[in-house]
Amino acid sequence: MSADEKLLTLNLKIWRQKDAKDKGQMVDYTLEGVSTDSSFLEMLDQLNEKLVGQGEEPVTFDHDCREGICGMCSLMINGQAHGPEKETTTCQLHMRSFNDGDTIVIEPWRARAFPVLKDLTVDRSAFDEIIMAGGYVNVNTGNAQDANEILIPKESADLAMDAAACIGCAACVASCKNASAMLFVGAKISQLALLPQGQVEAEQRAANMVAKMDELGFGNCTNEAECEASCPKGINISNIARMNKEFLKSAVKSKS
Amino acid sequence: MTKKLDSKIPEGPVAEKWDNHRFKMKLVNPANKRKFNVIVVGTGLAGASASATLAELGYNVDAFCIQDSPRRAHSIAAQGGVNAAKNYPNDGDSIWRLFYDTVKGGDYRAREANVYRLAQVANNIIDQCAAQGVPFAREYGGTLSNRSFGGAQVSRTFYARGQTGQQLLLGAYSAMMKETAKGKIKSHTREEMVDLVVVEGRTRGIITRNIVTGEFKKWAADAVLLCTGGYGNVYFLSTNAMTSNGSAAWKAYKKGAMFGNPCYTQIHPTCIPVHGDARSKLTLMSESLRNDGRVWVPKKQGDNRPPGQIPEEERDYYLERKYPSFGNLVPRDVASRNAKEAIDDGRGVGKTGIAVYLDFADAIKRDGEQAIRERYGNLFDMYNRITDENPYQVPMRIYPAVHYTMGGLWVDYNLQTTVPGCFALGEANFSDHGANRLGASALMQGLADGYFVIPYTLGNYLASEGLMTDKVSADHPEFDKCMKESQDRFNRLLHIGGSKSVDTFHKELGKIMWERVGMSRNEDGLKKAIDEISDLRKEFWKDVKVTGTEVGINVELEKANRVADFLELGELMARDALERRESCGGHFREESQTPENEALRDDENFCHVAAWEYQGDETTPLRNTEELTFENVPLTQRSYK
Repeated sequence: MSADEKLLTLNLKIWRQKDAKDKGQMVDYTLEGVSTDSSFLEMLDQLNEKLVGQGEEPVTFDHDCREGICGMCSLMINGQAHGPEKETTTCQLHMRSFNDGDTIVIEPWRARAFPVLKDLTVDRSAFDEIIMAGGYVNVNTGNAQDANEILIPKESADLAMDAAACIGCAACVASCKNASAMLFVGAKISQLALLPQGQVEAEQRAANMVAKMDELGFGNCTNEAECEASCPKGINISNIARMNKEFLKSAVKSKS
Repeated sequence: MTKKLDSKIPEGPVAEKWDNHRFKMKLVNPANKRKFNVIVVGTGLAGASASATLAELGYNVDAFCIQDSPRRAHSIAAQGGVNAAKNYPNDGDSIWRLFYDTVKGGDYRAREANVYRLAQVANNIIDQCAAQGVPFAREYGGTLSNRSFGGAQVSRTFYARGQTGQQLLLGAYSAMMKETAKGKIKSHTREEMVDLVVVEGRTRGIITRNIVTGEFKKWAADAVLLCTGGYGNVYFLSTNAMTSNGSAAWKAYKKGAMFGNPCYTQIHPTCIPVHGDARSKLTLMSESLRNDGRVWVPKKQGDNRPPGQIPEEERDYYLERKYPSFGNLVPRDVASRNAKEAIDDGRGVGKTGIAVYLDFADAIKRDGEQAIRERYGNLFDMYNRITDENPYQVPMRIYPAVHYTMGGLWVDYNLQTTVPGCFALGEANFSDHGANRLGASALMQGLADGYFVIPYTLGNYLASEGLMTDKVSADHPEFDKCMKESQDRFNRLLHIGGSKSVDTFHKELGKIMWERVGMSRNEDGLKKAIDEISDLRKEFWKDVKVTGTEVGINVELEKANRVADFLELGELMARDALERRESCGGHFREESQTPENEALRDDENFCHVAAWEYQGDETTPLRNTEELTFENVPLTQRSYK
């Protein structure tokens, strides 16, 4: 606990929606006694305990590891994906980022490809579908060579790791005015294209994943870089450029 | 009557057992594999790797997870690394040494044959993951990088920054998605297993409840693989994810699968300490930090000066003092217990006094801040976000937290539970870590079970038992009966109409568990725990308040179902801890210690696995045993001095 813990009173405006068919609405809550040492989700836990105590239904939101790595938590907080802190997931955001008396608006991810299931929980299975379209190396268990026979320059390995750090939370989509999934897709295509293991299928992978992304209703990239700014893992938009390169290579070849 | 269990360990020298066994096992021919349906519950390292590999072989796989995607399973949070005896650094490692270290680290309570097999296939895991495109850390020459990790004197840990679990899981997940695209795996997300269906002594399927709709469903299969992780959340506060739970294993237990060594829990020494009542979970800091951080507390009790004002000679670097050869790198159980001792002695630090320091000042002086940032930057940032303190300037405060459960469903050498057709993989089983798991061994075991063990042993089961023709469909009345029972249970939970929230009960259970079945246990406390948990369970079923309805998403109802199971499992853990009147690994019985307060094993009376058998809700379960023999690693009192 930090030495200067304070207790906050907050005005919360939270999106409540019964199920996928319900129209949904913002509902106001006042919550007192929120410790600045609590995480944002612990603040919501506190609200939910209060609601349950009053016999009301708690607010549904996705979360799991609460360590910033599973990618389950989401939330638009005052219009920002994962809230105000840079490179921080909602579960790692702490209430010391807010002030006593603040009004906090909490909404779900908004994107055509991510329908709201209830309150703040959305369906992100479209991301699994994109990975199914080619986000892997086609290698079955058992036929791998000795790992050290594949030499990979440290720089490539590091860049691949930078891209692979994506947690699939979809903040990039939620913060993009076009609801584009290019940072997510670009990160996976880059990771595999940077490594020799993934190069055999690199172009085909790019073509297939991009096609699937379009089919699922994600928008196009217009270079606003909101995705990069909101990414809790600092995934760089240069990954989109690398994706475009692989995509173009495959497009040129398929025409010739 | 208590039984002696047969672990089906193959004949021959330990180094040849697995090879011999693989040859002797029956095979399912390629054309017949597609006639078998396999259910995999859980999509962490064990579940995802098993699903992918079985699908590649040709089996039809139904994979279930409770999250919104298989990629979210809690294996993703593992930080440090994965062990293998590649001996790339040329520092004296070998399969035999990895085997030896794991048996010793487990305080001689694991099965030798399983551990040897684990050490053998570990090398294949690294190859497989590299082939999948897992971005392991590399040296400048392009080869793989290794580091040393808690409890090992060689550098055998492979890693991907501080996110090794994430990268290995995403590798297994991508293999799973590859097979899902081909239609060989059907991935069912937000679908929770609520019962195991057993017909005439054989596993035939599961019942699930859909988390989005609330709908119950019947699923038939020729075998069920439980890859559902551990039950550390019985303590409420742990490093597990919020939805990690013990319910699938518990349902199997109630259908006849015995529970092995439930009292073996691992308390991890380097977690961020608790603050206040709002805390919902504990965050682990990778123990790789102990490679460079020095653990200390003030020598004087109640010394509340800021750390920078406590001079060197007034600090007690207790791990270095007591264990000069291992120092800060002693195994987790030893490090945790020593932290507790220092704190119980009134020498804890920070505002609450429930923490010890992990200090990087010397490492920063030696290697420079930049080097430390490269090694641990993400961990330091995480610490800073949670505590609002800068660990480059002030020492971290750490405290032990529940992290892993070595206990789990009892399985034989083939990973089969005592219910034919029901297998348990990864943390969900009990088999490879004995009474204490070494760092970087959990990822190794999850993937070993899924990629390299179950593909063989499952085939043997399917081929040997006439299951090509002997099928049971979901129309069998037993499925309807199980589904009805599950529906009734959820309905009952929903209509108790009590006054206390599910979390209130969960927190209360956690408090009992942590105080009495935690780092240090004694007869009196364990007896009290059994009574207290039993009372709490009765109160729960009278007074829990579950809001909402049975239709649609109802998180309170989901939690209530899991906590109801924890209220039974917690009692079994206490019972197991009470009966094991020795100290071993993470299980420390105060009555059994050396004059230097180290854990004292009792090999004469407890060199065995305890496998608990369900006898009905109102009857004390039976404690069966499996004798452990040590032919290759001689039994000695563990010492890290």
